[in-house]
Amino acid sequence: MKSDPLASDRPAARRVIAIAAAGDDSTVVTSLYQSEGKIYPRSVSGWFSRWRWTLVWATQLLFYGLPWMSVNGRQAVLFDLAARRFYIFNQVLYPQDLIYLTGLLIMSALALFLFTAVAGRLWCGYACPQTVYTEIFLWVERRIEGDRMQRMRLDQGPLSARKLLRKTAKHGIWAAIGLWTGLTFVGYFTPIRELMGEVRTASLGAWELFWVLFYGFATYGNAGWMREQVCKYMCPYARFQSAMFDRDTLIVSYDRLRGEGRGARPRGQSAAALQARGLGDCIDCGLCVQVCPTGIDIRNGLQYECISCSACIDVCNTVMDKMHYRRGLIRYSTPNGLAQGLSVAPMWRRVARPRVLIYTAVLGLVSLAVLGSLLTRAPFKVDVVRDRGTLARMVGQGTIENVYRLQIMNATEQAQTYRLRVEGLEGLQVVSADRVELAAASALWVPVRVQMPPAAIGPGSYPIAFRIDAGQAGDFELFEKSVFVVPR
Amino acid sequence: MGDFFNSGWSWAVAIVSVVSILACAVLLWLAGKAKVSAAALARGDNTTGHVWDEDLREYNNPLPRWWMWLFILTVVFALVYLVFYPGLGSYPGMGQWSQQGQHRSDAQRMRAELAPLYARFTATPVDQLSQDRQALAIGQRHFMNHCAQCHGSDARGSKGYPDLTQGQSAWLGPLSGEHIVRTISQGRQGVMPAMGSAIGGEAAISDLAHYVLSLSGSPHNEIKAFSGKRHYAACAACHGADGKGNKALGAPNLADNYWLHGWGEAAIVSIIKNGKSNVMPAQSGWLSPEQIHVLAAYVLSLSGPAPAAVGSIALPARTP
Repeated sequence: MKSDPLASDRPAARRVIAIAAAGDDSTVVTSLYQSEGKIYPRSVSGWFSRWRWTLVWATQLLFYGLPWMSVNGRQAVLFDLAARRFYIFNQVLYPQDLIYLTGLLIMSALALFLFTAVAGRLWCGYACPQTVYTEIFLWVERRIEGDRMQRMRLDQGPLSARKLLRKTAKHGIWAAIGLWTGLTFVGYFTPIRELMGEVRTASLGAWELFWVLFYGFATYGNAGWMREQVCKYMCPYARFQSAMFDRDTLIVSYDRLRGEGRGARPRGQSAAALQARGLGDCIDCGLCVQVCPTGIDIRNGLQYECISCSACIDVCNTVMDKMHYRRGLIRYSTPNGLAQGLSVAPMWRRVARPRVLIYTAVLGLVSLAVLGSLLTRAPFKVDVVRDRGTLARMVGQGTIENVYRLQIMNATEQAQTYRLRVEGLEGLQVVSADRVELAAASALWVPVRVQMPPAAIGPGSYPIAFRIDAGQAGDFELFEKSVFVVPR
Repeated sequence: MGDFFNSGWSWAVAIVSVVSILACAVLLWLAGKAKVSAAALARGDNTTGHVWDEDLREYNNPLPRWWMWLFILTVVFALVYLVFYPGLGSYPGMGQWSQQGQHRSDAQRMRAELAPLYARFTATPVDQLSQDRQALAIGQRHFMNHCAQCHGSDARGSKGYPDLTQGQSAWLGPLSGEHIVRTISQGRQGVMPAMGSAIGGEAAISDLAHYVLSLSGSPHNEIKAFSGKRHYAACAACHGADGKGNKALGAPNLADNYWLHGWGEAAIVSIIKNGKSNVMPAQSGWLSPEQIHVLAAYVLSLSGPAPAAVGSIALPARTP
């Protein structure tokens, strides 16, 4: 296994513009921008790599498959922006339910905090779409252009028919994956079967076409071209996740005490001989650098570029196996664990530290609250607005009447009949129709007249409440406050 | 010149816009370079070599070059935008885009989408349409948006604003689709002239008010009503000798129990003395004939099923 100089990976592309004045004070004017060298990650296999591929399959089956599922004779998951209805299996959500999106985001954020505190950038390494699509695109690249060395040679070589063919095939397949991703994404907002029909008849709407191409291009560009640049320069999570590490966070780390000094050595040399030469377990093969998708050397310690993909762990373990050394020269470990030489069990015990326990408790509570609220929410909504035209009026011989507008929204996919009652004052009653029929998933403004018997109460405004229930259709009852005005 | 008093302002805005964008490009070019000490570069410690306050050093981490292209892209985008969209002073842009135009085209698209629905409604006479649940649902929304401010959400009105649910007797005109369509689209004016001087003094007006109250059997002073009766001649011309009003004139029925402008002596005295000028504004400025057609069906439905004798109405002219 020959050592690979880092320089070939990261050519110094920085341009020196001018060199001024000789002597000690001489300055060089350099550009503040630099073309970064292309990274050719070497293929890797192993335990963590298998986990990543498992997650690639799981997330992508979910993402590509979900829009094709049907429930109640409609697409199971559909975000109908035009009708402002969001179908998620049996639930129909409306813009008024935005709080559930807030809840979901809070849960995601807390989960990110929790996972990061326990084991670093797990999200980045296994589940982030940027990682997942890069993995898929790299697989395509490897099938067509070969592994690291072949790809490097192909890129350095002159343009030939063979090179052109391979590059065309690669970009063609990338573009196809990108387009399919774009179509699937838009399929969450426009029924995907209709969308595919429109694609077949080339009658895609202008905006649909725009978003398909936009997301298609974003996938192709980010996973094919930008790759680690997204993580290093564009992603905000990447930067703040490392702020959530502490000294007991499991991170991908190189065991410096065990590894140094590095150096090549023949296989099977005795421990004593190695010690005499001052050699640790690191044979300085450089494979951990070659497999790194962000082009760093993990042996320099924790770096912000590290997305915790564990490719270096997998490849180092294969080398250790070949050398008949113990596995885990590069492994998940904590800074405290490395410094104090802790074994696995005490490190795992430290997972149950206050920070992690608090994150877990808050995440659990928020999840329970969101789920509970979602499952017990009334499948209709009511807003009570006092009539804008009349404050109060006298009808007949001194009966006081107030008018309200109730906006009732049927959030179910069946027609419903709602029953209205009013309470809060003795003798108060609804005199207009107290039953309202609403078609499936529709909303209606209902004028409601409420009367108070003559001379029952003096002038003033009194708090009252409407109770609305869906009758036999469910036990749900909504309670909406308002006021009843008696004029002077 | 649009929003500007003077074309000079337009030029000023245009020049400031273009100069600002170009200044960004120049700044990008000027600030894209840094002086680094050759010694530091040779040391390879990735600092500029400049030291402040004994140990503060500046790192020299370059941005990726594609980032610079994003900056350039924003400059190009800004210039292209200003060519196509309004932004350079009063220059309307090659795309001729405007908010009014956007609104017009959106409204036109919406009308085109709704056209088939309204076509079905307008093909049905108002009187028949007042039984159509879908039309009534749409009509109710129009009512809530355009009528409820005065007539109330429940259409029962308030003082000065007619109750639309009273049916044939209180209606100041024939209870027909045609009549309602005309009222909504062209509006109505109701005028009761000030009759104070024609009647006489305060006492006479008060007596007359009691007589008017007596017409509907409302509580009143018999003696005052008796002496007020002789003043009623001035009213009979419009309201009729029996006080039952005259629909052809739009004179209300004084003998029923519907009091649009208030009940009791004080309210009646005020109307006799000061008269009343009431206005229903015309709605054709913002509602299309199709919308008025549906709205009229809803208003008609408020008075229960319309009598068949009223007959159907001629369709209002449709705008092309």
